[in-house]
Amino acid sequence: MASNYKTIVKDGLWDNNGVFSMLLGMCPAMAMTTSATNGFGMGVATAVVMAASSLLVAVFRGFITQEVRIPVFILIVAAMVTLVDLAMNAWMHELYKVLGLFIPLIVSNCLPLARLEAFAAKQPALPSFLDGLFMGLGFTIALTVIGAVREITGNGTLFADASLLLGPAFKAIEMRILPANMGVLMMILPPGGFLVTGLLVVVKRMIDLRAGKEIQMGGAHSVA
Amino acid sequence: MSKTHIHGVILGTFCLGFGLVLAITDQLTADDIAARALEDRQNSLSQVIPDGIHDNNLVTDTFMIKDAAAREITVYRARSNGKVTGVAYEIHGTGYAGDIKLMMGIDADGKLLGVRVLAHRETPGLGDKIEVKKGDWILRFTGLSLGNPPPERWKVKKDGGEFDQFAGATITPRGVVGAIRGGLDFFAANKARLMETN
Repeated sequence: MASNYKTIVKDGLWDNNGVFSMLLGMCPAMAMTTSATNGFGMGVATAVVMAASSLLVAVFRGFITQEVRIPVFILIVAAMVTLVDLAMNAWMHELYKVLGLFIPLIVSNCLPLARLEAFAAKQPALPSFLDGLFMGLGFTIALTVIGAVREITGNGTLFADASLLLGPAFKAIEMRILPANMGVLMMILPPGGFLVTGLLVVVKRMIDLRAGKEIQMGGAHSVA
Repeated sequence: MSKTHIHGVILGTFCLGFGLVLAITDQLTADDIAARALEDRQNSLSQVIPDGIHDNNLVTDTFMIKDAAAREITVYRARSNGKVTGVAYEIHGTGYAGDIKLMMGIDADGKLLGVRVLAHRETPGLGDKIEVKKGDWILRFTGLSLGNPPPERWKVKKDGGEFDQFAGATITPRGVVGAIRGGLDFFAANKARLMETN
């Protein structure tokens, strides 16, 4: 069982990474990654929703029949997103002002749905929860890296405005890598999202090839 | 019960269950969310109307007025010793990704006391420099009025006006400048009513 959990962690973070291996969640992965901070915020919000909805689907999996599973999954994801949205608005208002913009977008991300279908619908609660959590964290890492590359090349900064999202203590990680006006604006615009995401997918596959791993192709779980 | 019915019942039960959870959460959070919204309004009002010019509570001293498009506008009044020293109201501009909601404060002479963005959906990293947290562009408007700069210069530089656009984002500042211009026109058209003491 222990090796099973290890696989879940490795799959989520690297081997079967939602963005770089499965090529899922492309919309937020490209739209929300104009900076590392934005990518990180979107990733964390997604990870919370994924962990919660995977757990719920795993708990209720005995009651969800094959025929209605997709509407029920969507219902659960949408409900979790709304809960997170309301709770953050009420009790974490400062954070909500920064992240609030991203949260409704999680509903349209097909990565949570894919994990519910491929994993949580067939597995017990704890592994499902971990799968949702680590897939979400893998998504967070991917979005942060894409955001960082785009921010450095496009704006010359790294983790700009991180203190707005994470609190004043994180002022220290706000960095300027390139002098102002050195950035290539296109990298922050939509084309930059495609370029960086594509290049990082290549980089990830090259690393996997070097390590002699078999490459997991996108859409391996046949979810649109 | 046929198989189809069972599926319907299952789906319906889940809808009911999660609907209930959402309704309860909505109830639980409604008061807090309303309180946060009020705090936000108070904050944004205090940013566009300096404390020095009023001795009343801005959030509660309001009245409604219709603008040229017959939209209801809530006007917040600043008073000192009963006399109206300034007003604040929400204005709307059209940005790159929809409506930009702003609050502007204006003194009795029609001079801008300040403008702040309340809500927008502009591109993070590009259009969001209109927020005071991410740039001081919006501070540029303080002290300006309909005659300063002249009306035909109330545009972004790209359109032959006075105000900077952002690299990679022209539509956002254009929408904001247009909205402020509209807000100033609204003040000029309704000045008598806005300055009434009751």
